[in-house]
Amino acid sequence: MTEDERQRLIRIKPNLERRALIYQFIRDFFREQGFLEVETPIRAPAIAPELNITPFESENWFLAASPELHMKRLLAAGCERIFQLSHCFRKGERGRQHNPEFALLEWYRAKADYRRVIEDTEQLILTIARRLGPGSVIQYRGQSIDLSLPWHRITVRDAFLQAAGWDPLATLDPLRFDTDLVTKVIPSFNPSRPTVLLDYPAAMASLARLKPNDPRVAERAEIFISELELANVYSELTDKDEQEKRFRQEIEQIQREQGRQMPMPQSFLEAVANLPECGGIALGVDRLVMLFCNASSIDDVIAFTVDTA
Amino acid sequence: MDIEDIHKNTKILIDGTPYNVDEAEFVKPGKGRAIYRLKLRNLVSGGVIDRTYHSSDTIEEVHISSQDEQFLYKEGDHYVFMDTETFEQEFIGEEHVGDKKNFLKEGTVVTVQRMGDRPLDITLPITVDLAVVKTELATKTATITSQDKKAVLETGYTIGVPTFIREGDIIKVDTRTGKYMERVVTKK
Repeated sequence: MTEDERQRLIRIKPNLERRALIYQFIRDFFREQGFLEVETPIRAPAIAPELNITPFESENWFLAASPELHMKRLLAAGCERIFQLSHCFRKGERGRQHNPEFALLEWYRAKADYRRVIEDTEQLILTIARRLGPGSVIQYRGQSIDLSLPWHRITVRDAFLQAAGWDPLATLDPLRFDTDLVTKVIPSFNPSRPTVLLDYPAAMASLARLKPNDPRVAERAEIFISELELANVYSELTDKDEQEKRFRQEIEQIQREQGRQMPMPQSFLEAVANLPECGGIALGVDRLVMLFCNASSIDDVIAFTVDTA
Repeated sequence: MDIEDIHKNTKILIDGTPYNVDEAEFVKPGKGRAIYRLKLRNLVSGGVIDRTYHSSDTIEEVHISSQDEQFLYKEGDHYVFMDTETFEQEFIGEEHVGDKKNFLKEGTVVTVQRMGDRPLDITLPITVDLAVVKTELATKTATITSQDKKAVLETGYTIGVPTFIREGDIIKVDTRTGKYMERVVTKK
């Protein structure tokens, strides 16, 4: 039975009010640390080519699937600490934790790596929890979650060896990796604590740099609380040639496997030459709001989803 | 169809067997491939299975039609029905009728589900009225409320009935449980 729109909006109104508070606390957190709030195009001529992210096209341009490339162009021009709250679009992504249009929080720090950005995330989420009232222990879907620091860190290799019984650094199998991540590894995490999953196989580095003393892995991390994948963190790749090579391979694979044409993001590549050493992150704001509203569905924290727009 | 288009209650075909999608869960690592975890109900046996699909997988959608048909008569090992809209006659094999033959008397209107031309299932009315063709007279010691007396109905089905039921009575039967409900007509 479909719920009447007015009843639905009245039901989720407390969540929308809490959502607004969370936005305010996020802005306060970054402003207090000297971050500049920026805005970048929602519609652009080129975006990062990614095999598993299908963008919406708009008059031969693309709707942003993330603000990452433009944020890095700002970093390359000397903006050392920046953050943005923006709407992003990914085709076909719809489920209990997905809406094709969603809110992303990205921030970048020059002269920092992924470790520092993970610490930012710990501080940010703990600060929001305290300012909302409950303190460092929150309730989510019948489970108490202790957000106090530091959060548990585990490498991808160790997590897979423990929960799935194989070494993803020794065997390159992206499909098996994604399936086991979802069905075995994430369910094995301690439900009462956040988990930081570190050091992805080099082939899954995307826009991250490889670990200087272990090039089998990339300095990439994902942050999980409960079953929510909240954020993806990188020590950003600052090598223009390496970035161009990875993009070229990705564009070829997308063309070969899916028949999609993706342009090379040239303006971004030119900026990478000037990109300082930096760390950055993309955090799913809708899921963060779900966590703090004890909501099991993204539909309970967005006024109008793709199904009710 | 592409797996991306699947939703709850889509009917799909796997190795020639039709399934109903009871639940469809979309999960996707941010940078990884989309995974669809489906709970599927076998439309022939009723059994439930779990299946995992990935983006770019394709599945075979199947159209299930549902129409009201009146049972006319049995001919050999086939049951002859008439579509109540088109008046066309349809033959349905004994194997698809199964135990439902116990409650199927001439003139009963049922809902027939078909996949293409192939009958999948027959839905009976919740109750049917059937005549008692054979039962013994009650003994004096029998209690009034018990339903342990055997009666044979016009369809050949044997059912437990209260002792006051006699041959020629018409009784109401619940087709979901196969149990006696009440006497509808008493033989004069």
